[in-house]
Amino acid sequence: MEFPTLPLIGGALIGTSAMLLLAGLGRVAGITGICWAAVSGPDRGWRFLFLAGLLAGGVVATELLSVPVPQIPEGPLPVAVIAGLLVGFGTRRGGGCTSGHGVCGIGRQSRRSIVATGVFMAFGVISVFVFHQVLGVMS
Amino acid sequence: MKSLIAVLTGALFGAGLVISGMTDTAKVIGFLDVTGAWDPTLMFVMMGALAITAICTPWIIKWQRPLLAEVFSLPLRTEIDARLVGGSALFGLGWGLWGYCPGPALTALTYGATSTVVFCVAMLAGMGLSDLLDRRRDG
Repeated sequence: MEFPTLPLIGGALIGTSAMLLLAGLGRVAGITGICWAAVSGPDRGWRFLFLAGLLAGGVVATELLSVPVPQIPEGPLPVAVIAGLLVGFGTRRGGGCTSGHGVCGIGRQSRRSIVATGVFMAFGVISVFVFHQVLGVMS
Repeated sequence: MKSLIAVLTGALFGAGLVISGMTDTAKVIGFLDVTGAWDPTLMFVMMGALAITAICTPWIIKWQRPLLAEVFSLPLRTEIDARLVGGSALFGLGWGLWGYCPGPALTALTYGATSTVVFCVAMLAGMGLSDLLDRRRDG
């Protein structure tokens, strides 16, 4: 394995973003919460702007640093629907995702976030084993 | 100024996701493929992010207030319940199935694939379903 420079730099940018948002607006950079409240309210304004920035930042980084556009998953669309429903429903019930629990919550030493992150990582591993290794749903 | 912080933090976050490789579902699935051809690269994304948040968060939340808001809006719940664990488990299953968690899914919309739009719409529907369930339960 080569030295993981880009993952470390990318991760540090994510952490810096979360800290600027906390220091500036006093908010947690949890994408699930921001995304859903940008749709359903309240306080849509800053959340909508954050999401607009998220997409724009992705485009700028891709272009400026010539990051290769990754391969898009090629599984059947019904699988995308089921996966999307699971991710949306699950993160909303669990109160956060990789960013809110994994990056911000653990950074705050929240017990809930440590448990949630352990659980979604473990079930991610189970999911890949069952759906990809055993069932081969994407092929 | 608040708007500027919102856009800027969003953009840093999006750039971080792209640079780190989190929008590459093959890498995500490889990271979760512990029983197969495990690719640990993405572990360093979390390490990079946590190196910043774990140090800065405890310091920032000791401030009287954020720079541009009245109060810190932090999650108050502390209980580890079935909702947290069950939701996180479902999220993990969906994450491993398609390879996107919420932030990368939204950022990957800019790659222009129909399946990503389908995933994101299903994700929002899943979030809505969770809220609907709560409203039903509360009467």
